[in-house]
Amino acid sequence: MTDLAVPVTTRKDWSSDQEVRWCPGCGDYSILTAVQLLMPELGAKREDTVFVSGIGCSSRFPYYMNTYGIHSIHGRAPALATGLAVVRPDLHVWVITGDGDALSIGGNHLLHALRRNVNITIILFNNQIYGLTKGQYSPTSEAGKVTKSTPFGSLDYPYNPVSLALGAEASFVARTHDLDRKHMMEVFRRAYEHKGAALVEVYQNCNVFNDGAFETITAKDNRASMLVPLEHGKPVRFGPDGEKGVIIAENGSAVIVDVAEVGEERILVHDESRPDPSLAFALSRLATGPYSPTPIGVLRAVDRPDYGSLAQDQLVAAAARKGPGDLAALLRSGTTWTVE
Amino acid sequence: MADVVTKGHPLTTLDRVVIRFAGDSGDGMQLVGDRFTASSGLFGNDLATLPDFPAEIRAPAGTVAGVSAFQIHISDHDIFTPGDHPDVLVAMNPAALKAHIVDLQPGALLLLNSDAFDDRALQKAGYLTDPRSDRSMDAFNVYEVPMTSLTLEAVKPSGTKARDAERSKNFFALGLVSWMYSRPPEPTLDWINKRFAGDDRAMVREANSLAFKAGWNFGETAEIFQSQYEVKPAKLPAGTYTNISGNTALAWGIVAAGHLAKLPVFLGSYPITPASDILHELSKHKNFGIRTFQAEDEIAGVSAALGASYAGSLGVTTTSGPGLDLKTEALGLAISLELPLLVIDVQRGGPSTGLPTKTEQGDLLQAVYGRHGEAPLPVVAAITPGDCFYMAIEAVRIALKYRTPVILLSDGYLANGAEPWPIPDVEQLADLSAELNFATEPNKVMADGSAVFWPYLRDPETLARPWALPGTPGLMHRIGGLEKADGSGNVSYDPVNHELMVRLRAQKVAGIAGDIPPVELDDPDGLGGAELLVLGWGSTYGAIQAAARAVRGSGRRVAHAQLRHLNPFPANLGQIVKAYESVLVPEVNLGQLRKIVRSDFLVDAQGLNKVNGLPFRRVDIELAIISQLDALHHGAGRRQNNGHSEEQK
Repeated sequence: MTDLAVPVTTRKDWSSDQEVRWCPGCGDYSILTAVQLLMPELGAKREDTVFVSGIGCSSRFPYYMNTYGIHSIHGRAPALATGLAVVRPDLHVWVITGDGDALSIGGNHLLHALRRNVNITIILFNNQIYGLTKGQYSPTSEAGKVTKSTPFGSLDYPYNPVSLALGAEASFVARTHDLDRKHMMEVFRRAYEHKGAALVEVYQNCNVFNDGAFETITAKDNRASMLVPLEHGKPVRFGPDGEKGVIIAENGSAVIVDVAEVGEERILVHDESRPDPSLAFALSRLATGPYSPTPIGVLRAVDRPDYGSLAQDQLVAAAARKGPGDLAALLRSGTTWTVE
Repeated sequence: MADVVTKGHPLTTLDRVVIRFAGDSGDGMQLVGDRFTASSGLFGNDLATLPDFPAEIRAPAGTVAGVSAFQIHISDHDIFTPGDHPDVLVAMNPAALKAHIVDLQPGALLLLNSDAFDDRALQKAGYLTDPRSDRSMDAFNVYEVPMTSLTLEAVKPSGTKARDAERSKNFFALGLVSWMYSRPPEPTLDWINKRFAGDDRAMVREANSLAFKAGWNFGETAEIFQSQYEVKPAKLPAGTYTNISGNTALAWGIVAAGHLAKLPVFLGSYPITPASDILHELSKHKNFGIRTFQAEDEIAGVSAALGASYAGSLGVTTTSGPGLDLKTEALGLAISLELPLLVIDVQRGGPSTGLPTKTEQGDLLQAVYGRHGEAPLPVVAAITPGDCFYMAIEAVRIALKYRTPVILLSDGYLANGAEPWPIPDVEQLADLSAELNFATEPNKVMADGSAVFWPYLRDPETLARPWALPGTPGLMHRIGGLEKADGSGNVSYDPVNHELMVRLRAQKVAGIAGDIPPVELDDPDGLGGAELLVLGWGSTYGAIQAAARAVRGSGRRVAHAQLRHLNPFPANLGQIVKAYESVLVPEVNLGQLRKIVRSDFLVDAQGLNKVNGLPFRRVDIELAIISQLDALHHGAGRRQNNGHSEEQK
């Protein structure tokens, strides 16, 4: 869908002149490629695009995009992007973050950006490890993980980023992984087109400090049986022959079943636009981590007024009610008296 | 409805009077103070105020810890402070008496709500005996007025229930004091009508009006007061005035700065005492295009403001000490990004949570130095409540022109204190829009002939970098907290480049000294005329100026200079401090400016320091000046301590 007024661009137009400096084999490369390939397809303008990041390997991302960009401080990208997006609704603001950046040091800002529904597109690179600081466990690492800082195994119970986002009532929540460019691009496209805060978790392999973390579900041969693709309006089925499905049990939790056993009519039909996030949340709990069948795709996409538009409406309403600001009148708005 | 009575008492004219209202924190003393301030300003007095209240919204009732007070100094001439000692203390309960009687001098007038002096209240306040009968108040003129019962009686026609009616007793006190000092009653009655407008508040409106009038009429008819007093209007310079507090002045200064720069204002802030009123005030003015964002925390407040600045708004964040701590990392980023940002720190007692509602000047060193790495930024301070307006504009001017975060220091004393403020002519305020100079074109031609945009190619004069807004075609660029190559702004780990960038950032801030007004010297005998220079910064202005005038009145010579620009210092400061044999630096901290002055100018500056949550009184500084002058004259001199400061209390 290319706007004729927008000059046609290619991937090259979106690549900056800076040398990409991730480790060879890092999953970040394929995410960068997916975004750079998607941008021309979206018909986006480079000058109207801003990438904001925090700190971590993934947060070097903005340097590689030929757009506007800020590589900010650890965890604060959603907060910085909030100010940016609120004052400039004409821009498209992306936030690039990682599991440590978004969920540990910046957990607070992520929750509030999602809750407020700020108009930003957040790509969360989840590699379940701290890469830039050379291999400590992260808030998404599995419990018991042995790392440099946890020689006897970590004690932390991990976050599920998608569950977290749904708990904050994010209006758009999705998951994809770095080995499927087509799926990534489709999910990123949906996130881009969503008005409001969009969170996309990307399972991303760190081949140096946490190699193969997602292999159980993302290896080519495993995908059919371990990835549960969610498509709006379609029954939630997976397996090489679609023999598995998901139902909502009487107690409200999502359960994997053999379609043949329960019958097709009992299989959950995915509705990403349900106002109530509890069904999406139930789906997000299908797997506690990337070790068993895991839902990917768009879990939730609902319409809710975005924060920037609401803020803009208040300005317009105030100007309509009180007239445009008059500084001289403001300074005289209290009790005044004149000395001759 | 009974009206106020005026039958005429002997009228004694005073040139000035200091009144302190004190009561329980639920007694509405701040409201009474505000109203007395408003009617005094309207009457034409010069005035200065000092609210003093506990951090708790409702501290335990009846205890000394829960006492809330408001002091106002009114005069028929130019004054600088809220007054050293109250001439009148209104004490609504024994705890208020206990907390404030220590500040009274013999002969002071004491107005007690005698209804509140029962055994239980006396015990709560920590009195073993009733101070009214133990002769402890013999030095004062004590008037006992049963304010509670008179209020209850007076408001009966309004139909208010006894428990609610009792709450109007602050208006009774206000009415009585308004009568004593010949304040016109109309402004207060008008205010009550407006404040409690509407049918649903008719009863409260009626009760407060009746209580106020009853207080007034009690003074007029009770015949216990020998005289009524008047303080004539002050001969202030011609102009239109309004009463303004420091926080309101800061908020209006921000509105003005946005207007003058033709930039939309974005305030990212988190509620914190005593800065929250700036957020409250700005949030009312959305019709100026001002966006106020109550962030999830202090860090988000400053980060969002910085993001807004990047996108072409005037980013502002407001806070107090604990919040400034949290914003520190983002300030480092702002220094590295070289983007305009206004940071307002309304200082309070520290460290940690400290004394949230009490004033202090303890954040100067933090503001100037408190970041990791070599991270210089400009620091300015306001010296009076009204000056907050101008310093907000000045801070924004510097921020925009030099693409830098600027910290503006206010404090609890300025924030809540009020003074009559001559309203400026908006047309006369300097335009700031020329400082923006947004980049619209590439600024660098590469060897291959291509034109590119280099975000760190500086203006040779100001060393400010170009500011290209997102949305500008062809100028896409990336900036961040990693060290950048001079010019191109690309990430650079080159050590030589890092040293260059550190020095450039420092030079840029230091160079602002040539673009700010010289510090004004108040020495009737010209530079170096007096032996002693009193050098202050920020809110100590009033007390130092009053003290200097008093000392000169006794025939001795002293100079005064008050700093508004603290980093960099005005270019003439070195010359001034070196022109005096002795330099005294009064601060509401343990000597932070003194430390910088000593290190920058190798001058043996002496400190006068207090940190008791209250501003300096005139007398504190006056005595220190006299003792310093005496020491110089007796040859003992300042060097007797071998360079170590003599802490004077």
